Amino acid sequence: MSAASTAEPAFAAKTKAGRFTDFVDSRVGGSGILREFGRKVFPDHWSFMFGEVALYSFVILLLSGTFLTFFFDPSMAETHYDGSYVPLKGVEMSVAYNSSLDISFDVRGGLFMRQVHHWAALLFVASIAVHMLRVFFTGAFRRPREMNWVVGGVLLILAMAAGFTGYSLPDDLLSGNGLRIIDGVIKSIPVIGTYISFFLFGGEFPGTAIIGRLYVLHILLVPALILLMIVLHLFMVVIHKHTQYPGPGRNDNNVVGYPLGPVYAAKAGGFFFIVFGVLALMAGFFTINPIWNYGPYDPSPVSAGTQPDWYIGFVDGALRLMPGTLGDWQVEQDWFGYVFSFNVLLPALVPAGILFTVMFMYPWIERWITKDDREHHVLDRPRNAPTRTAIGMAGFVWYCVMWAAAGSDLIATHFSVSLNDVTYWLRALFFIGPIIAFIVTKRVALALQRKDREIALHGRETGRIVRLPHGEFIEVHAPLDEYKRYKLVGFESPEVLPAMPNEHGVVTRKEKRRAFLSKWFFEDRVAPATPAELEAAHGHGHAAVEAPEEAKSLSH
Amino acid sequence: MGNHSDGSPNHSGTVATAGQNEVEKFQDPGIPPHRLRLADTDPKAAKRAERQVALLFGISVVGTLIFLVAYFAIDLGSGESTIGTIRLQNMLLGLGTAFAMLGIGTGIVHWAKALMPDHEVSEERHAIRYEEDRQAAVRIVDDIVEETGIKRRPLIRNTLLGAVALAPLPAVAIFGDLGPRPDEKLAHTMWAPQDGKLKRLARDPDGTPIKAADVTIGSAFHVIPEGLNELHEGKLNEKAKAVVLLMRLDPESLNPSQGREDWGYNGIVAYSKICTHVGCPVALYEQQTHHLLCPCHQSTFDLTQECKVIFGPASRPLPQLPIAVDDEGYLVATSDFKEPVGPSYWERDMHERSVNS
Repeated sequence: MSAASTAEPAFAAKTKAGRFTDFVDSRVGGSGILREFGRKVFPDHWSFMFGEVALYSFVILLLSGTFLTFFFDPSMAETHYDGSYVPLKGVEMSVAYNSSLDISFDVRGGLFMRQVHHWAALLFVASIAVHMLRVFFTGAFRRPREMNWVVGGVLLILAMAAGFTGYSLPDDLLSGNGLRIIDGVIKSIPVIGTYISFFLFGGEFPGTAIIGRLYVLHILLVPALILLMIVLHLFMVVIHKHTQYPGPGRNDNNVVGYPLGPVYAAKAGGFFFIVFGVLALMAGFFTINPIWNYGPYDPSPVSAGTQPDWYIGFVDGALRLMPGTLGDWQVEQDWFGYVFSFNVLLPALVPAGILFTVMFMYPWIERWITKDDREHHVLDRPRNAPTRTAIGMAGFVWYCVMWAAAGSDLIATHFSVSLNDVTYWLRALFFIGPIIAFIVTKRVALALQRKDREIALHGRETGRIVRLPHGEFIEVHAPLDEYKRYKLVGFESPEVLPAMPNEHGVVTRKEKRRAFLSKWFFEDRVAPATPAELEAAHGHGHAAVEAPEEAKSLSH
Repeated sequence: MGNHSDGSPNHSGTVATAGQNEVEKFQDPGIPPHRLRLADTDPKAAKRAERQVALLFGISVVGTLIFLVAYFAIDLGSGESTIGTIRLQNMLLGLGTAFAMLGIGTGIVHWAKALMPDHEVSEERHAIRYEEDRQAAVRIVDDIVEETGIKRRPLIRNTLLGAVALAPLPAVAIFGDLGPRPDEKLAHTMWAPQDGKLKRLARDPDGTPIKAADVTIGSAFHVIPEGLNELHEGKLNEKAKAVVLLMRLDPESLNPSQGREDWGYNGIVAYSKICTHVGCPVALYEQQTHHLLCPCHQSTFDLTQECKVIFGPASRPLPQLPIAVDDEGYLVATSDFKEPVGPSYWERDMHERSVNS
């Protein structure tokens, strides 16, 4: 190095930015990093933005949340309100609620920041959820990204935890009722439930400790864990490089897209400001959680039509759907002198447990069934993996049924139907909804694949009707160019993998089960069109104009 | 169902997997040719895009100004400020921030899309690990394990494992003072007579006692125990257990079970307001049907059947508070609830037996 620098004149940067970069680089050695990342290629697709939205929402949460901590006081000491919101003047309330009101009414921009924070929290969880749906439906969780899928799932749980701990902090009537429900669920836990409740609340509900404890979790522990998981998540994205959608020129060995600098960085960086702007617009125009309308927490009143934040809804809905009595038989059981509150335990734990267990394990389940241990960097179009897409939709519909159940009373009042009927219907949908969703989704995916085949082989419909000499009318089909066609035919279509004997020549039970699932997965399949088929389609008489009959009969 | 591969007999069911038979598969035509944008070919269009980007950045400046004006010019502290003032300021702050941010954001994105080079490039992926590295890493780990000698000295290994396994216990135990032991606190409420004096039923929230004569047929009262509002410590804790709904029905429609005949007075009955499901207040009383409805999860209780659950996720009836009338005509609780109120918990039945013994 030094020998080289004496031999030729030292490098001198031409621009100011260059001189600054050189200054930093010569002290910390960043040029290696810049060389690696400065022009790193990122594939581009609108659906890749959901993860970005989540990341940017989190940044906005940190910014707005820090502002709020300067004014919020998480004490449950009693005080009498003396702020500028007249209807609550002189009302007895906790210091926490008092300071939340002060943030809303007496700190300039405080209400705005509160609303930005709450909207950003809702968007944070929503964008994580949509991002995970995207990853699931496109098969981006496959090797080598299984661990990153798990990290993403942990992030979803942490985001919900952050949301819930924050929701309870203002100590208003609604959030207090939310805590009341959590307390009831905790108390239903066998053996240790009562103790956990007393330890969490520092005694009986509601006590005077819970807000302070949730505050520490909300502003320290949970965000720190989220930050750690985000770092892990992005670190793995860098190691794996981003996945890309299938298309001409894209395969598992390359990555096609725009270089980080300048295009991708500009788009992604600009997108942060857009997310911020949209959240600001929502915070300015749409009221969220108007705590001043609810009043301070009091165990006695509650207003009808109360709703949790959206991401807790599915658990609340499951709680509503579970019947507590079947005829005269109580679901809650008294065994050996102790209480088993199955009417609370089952809905609170089982659906969420099933959803998250299957979600976390799915990459390994599919890998076991398909015996596909290759690295995948090209995504699947959802239609090209019909069974996976159907499984995803079944889970999604199941979730949505529970979520809708959280608003069963609102559904009943808005549509003027009986609340009991809404519940009965949703109970039925809880079981048959996912099955219907599975069947319909799979059929739709297969139909779309057939449509793709038809378009690949016979071209697209032009809408131009031609009358043939013998009087028949046909529609002219225009052939696709090879790039568009490749998008429709360039995918893998796995076949059923029958059970195979192991090294001892034995077909194990497990292998038989795997083979059964493989059949269930891939029995119905539409293979991609081949060049020979295209040849045959054309061979039927050179372009669709002359042989539309055959062209149509080929479609199923 | 079978294979829906295609219609032609020659190729039914064939799948082209990677590397199997390349003839069966379409060849990848490669990245499509680059298409020039208007701004790439027409200097006028490029200039126009440039002006648009600058305009968007200009809008951002205007947004920042809107924010600052709204922040400083609207005075929340003045006497005339109302909720409308706050709403206006909040709206303008939002609008200003939105313009400021969206201006920058859309400006940059437009700049990137219209003016920056939009050539798609292809880059090779690298293997996540190399076999040489893996072997070297395995050797290093082997060497480290070998040098510690942990395999040759099981005594060290086993005692270390034991120590490490036990070491976290204090970290768990140290949280023991997060809360007191539950004991039987959940089994008792403020309704228990104090120094032989029966507690009067008082209105929630002002705490004035209720006379039996005030309770007309069909009416319902939200009730707290007398003296709750005067508590200095743990008022909400007591209230969370003691709140009661008081209703008067036609005595004919009540069907008290054995032992409960004298728990009401002249058709007036009192039931715990805390739902036996997860503890929301059962605040809705349907006078016509004599149903109590919990607004949280819609558990429905039938007053005429001693608040048996007739719909929803609750399992147990609402506990009844035995009431009577004192010398001055006020309603009083003759005793505490005969069972723990609120959501079920593990030791509940045990507590119920000890309350009744």
